Amino acid sequence: MSAFRSAVITFPGSNCDRDMAVAVEQICGGEVLRVWHGDAALPDRLDFIALPGGFSYGDYLRSGAMAARSPIMQAVVEAANKGVPVLGVCNGFQVLTESGLLPGALLRNAGMNFVCREVKLTVENNQSLFTAGYSAGQQITIPVAHHDGNYFADAETLDRLESEGRVAFRYAEEVNGSARQIAGVLNAAGNVLGMMPHPERMIEPAQGGSDGRALFESLVRGLVAA
Amino acid sequence: MKVRVFVSLKNGVLDPQGRAIHHAIEGLGIHGVQDVRAGKMIELDVDASVTDEQLETMCKQLLANMVIENYRIERLAA
Repeated sequence: MSAFRSAVITFPGSNCDRDMAVAVEQICGGEVLRVWHGDAALPDRLDFIALPGGFSYGDYLRSGAMAARSPIMQAVVEAANKGVPVLGVCNGFQVLTESGLLPGALLRNAGMNFVCREVKLTVENNQSLFTAGYSAGQQITIPVAHHDGNYFADAETLDRLESEGRVAFRYAEEVNGSARQIAGVLNAAGNVLGMMPHPERMIEPAQGGSDGRALFESLVRGLVAA
Repeated sequence: MKVRVFVSLKNGVLDPQGRAIHHAIEGLGIHGVQDVRAGKMIELDVDASVTDEQLETMCKQLLANMVIENYRIERLAA
């Protein structure tokens, strides 16, 4: 297999793009390409695309709304529909719901406050490309930092997500009022994951823990096996 | 022509902002307000060539997120 080749998209106002690029480079290795929101096309032969956290376009209109309509997102949607793995973290998750790649929406936190702390998550599905390196039901600690992380979808959609095993992570404590404590969801094909917590900020003991590492390791192993 | 688009959260979608405003109103010592829902109003200045259908498209695809919001279009007399 040729070297792992990934892209991290930067929107105006992204601020976790460098952290994401460092995590991917250190854990997945290979080549990490940095792509600008105004680019019309993605680099070819990508194994992985990451949408980082931040406040793209100043959160104008709704978090992620403007980014979802930027030129590069049309290319990301096409790539995702062809099966390229896409991870959206925090603002990246908001961009994924706004672009229609994932169902639901992220509302203002129920408590109105910006929540910035480490939280406990439960790994609900360890069969996905992104979570195979965890054990089912494993409890992990990953930081969150968001104002709009309150996951919302209608009851029918939530039931479908649950029955199809598309809830990847659930908060093991109250964080932001998310429906059914959902912290991360997968698309139907399993190649798109959106999550509010930041795995890229928990990849080595110097950061306070390395529970985020297995997500990136899962990805590399999954692609080698594929 | 001026067009106003009113975007509001659907019934049943929690509105923490509205709740905080409600709380602040009570802080003014004014009672009798039963509920507060916050939304946004977007004002557009459009050419006569912009069709109703195009306005609907703008609302559905960008101005409102149909998962959580409703919209209402109001055309103002020129």
